[in-house]
Amino acid sequence: MEKNSAANKKRTEHPVRKTLVYIFLVIWGLVVLFPFYWMILTSVKSYSSYNSEYVPKFFTTSPTFQNYKDAFTAVPLARYFLNTIIFTVITTALMLIVIVLSAYAFARLDFRGRNITFTLFLSLMMIPNELVIITNFMTITNLGLRNTFTGLILPSVTSIFYIYLLKENFEQVPDELYKAAKVDGTSDFKYLVKVMIPICKPTVITIVILKVIECWNSSVWPRLITDDEAYFLVSNGIQEIRENGFGRENVPAMMAAVVIISVPLVVLFLIFHNKIMEGVSRGGTKG
Amino acid sequence: MEKKSMKGWLYLLPAILFLGVFMVYPLVDVCIYSIEEGYNSASQTFYGYGKYNFSYVLRDPYFLQAIKNTFLLVIITVPLSTIMALLISLALSSIKKFKELFQTIYFLPYVTNTLAVGLVFMILFKKTPYSDGMINALIHLFGGSSIDFIEGPYWAKMLVMCIYTIWVVLPFKILILTSALASVNPVYYKAAKVDGTSSFRIFRKITLPMISPMIFYLVITGFIGAFKAYSDEVAIFGTDLNASGMNTIVGYIYDMLYGDSGGYPSYASAAALILFVIVLTITCINLLISNRNVHYS
Repeated sequence: MEKNSAANKKRTEHPVRKTLVYIFLVIWGLVVLFPFYWMILTSVKSYSSYNSEYVPKFFTTSPTFQNYKDAFTAVPLARYFLNTIIFTVITTALMLIVIVLSAYAFARLDFRGRNITFTLFLSLMMIPNELVIITNFMTITNLGLRNTFTGLILPSVTSIFYIYLLKENFEQVPDELYKAAKVDGTSDFKYLVKVMIPICKPTVITIVILKVIECWNSSVWPRLITDDEAYFLVSNGIQEIRENGFGRENVPAMMAAVVIISVPLVVLFLIFHNKIMEGVSRGGTKG
Repeated sequence: MEKKSMKGWLYLLPAILFLGVFMVYPLVDVCIYSIEEGYNSASQTFYGYGKYNFSYVLRDPYFLQAIKNTFLLVIITVPLSTIMALLISLALSSIKKFKELFQTIYFLPYVTNTLAVGLVFMILFKKTPYSDGMINALIHLFGGSSIDFIEGPYWAKMLVMCIYTIWVVLPFKILILTSALASVNPVYYKAAKVDGTSSFRIFRKITLPMISPMIFYLVITGFIGAFKAYSDEVAIFGTDLNASGMNTIVGYIYDMLYGDSGGYPSYASAAALILFVIVLTITCINLLISNRNVHYS
């Protein structure tokens, strides 16, 4: 670290240049934060004051929380919330079971066809979701699973990428531990639960956080598979609110709903930002 | 030995079942759907096999519009967002104070719900009879006249689309490039400093080659991601993308499958396969170019 800063010194010692860099960074910071500021600001403006501002004001002198009340009473936001939590918890839990078992099989168990199976798994990673979603939609529809949690959850309980990530981590656990456990007569399953998972806890936690973010934000599949409001997740809820909720384009109430939906993930991010950023840079993809 | 083999497969069983039903089978099935002509989803019957679905999709004006929108979006946002991410990461890595704070702020959009924040962008750009919107207020400040970005001219809608897409994809790119820059061996910079090399030359001759694999990774994933754009469009223009003329290829696939215009899995499959071929071709071209220009150490 010390060496690095010494090398950089020459480039950053001009005060003017350094100021310019900071100004640039602050401007981009404002661009990133402005939409968040605007949604909170709008959410505390009253309906009448919002609509009387032909040119919107950048602050408000009389904040109100009426919109937050409306968001929970005029539209079933609490229902959307609960659905999303159920969906996220069950999907993440099932996925963990599936990927832990497979990662363990690939990392520790010795069986015929292991390597070729792993290669096949990896090659499936290249298949875009758009290609398989059509048949999945038909499958779930034909099984009569539309507007059920089962239909929502089933297609997203496996992730080859997380299997890969966990397998890499499992392989770093020294072989000696496994052999010692075998001598003691510990079963494979017990070894997995009592030794492997505790050692690899950081990776497991990263995977859980990334999956929770993914579930909370998923919108395409839920939209295809649910048209009954009782099963809407927050993403579909927000779309429904935009198109039919609150009547007469009540923008402040809409923004209150947006704030409520965004809060859980922002809080999660503020607590775990190091873990999340590390996990994503290890191979998450988006955009 | 045989028992041991069984155990391995037993542990893999759940994953194989799920992948088989929801990935491998659909992959085969989508190809079959795409050549079944006149498929009726109610009675599950069809006339015969052929390439009619493909020719229908390729002549559909909505699909052509979707192709045009998607390509414009790709061509504008991928280079622009990569260059911006590079500039921001370079600035980030040249400072020490507040570095972590800036990094955290810049990453925030990654964890937010696209549909929710898209709604905020829509409000910012929208112009209604009783409100001019935030962006139009800014335009007035600089002496311009107001434009409806959400239901107005095509270029204005495209502009909002690109701005929102860039805002959404930048956090990931900044994160990757910042960690790539941090991993360049400082010995190279020291040597250059001893030689009295100018900072621009250091950037051209050391920094850029060293991080070029990561830049290329971002370009390739950026192309793939931008070709699959859909949620961001829905967030800004609503679910009826054909009506606003802002549909994308993926949006077209979903519209064919479901909703008011839905019920045509064959057309959807044909469109999905066309998209897959486009993405595959572009990725291969990217890989060919990268093999010639990227420095792998």
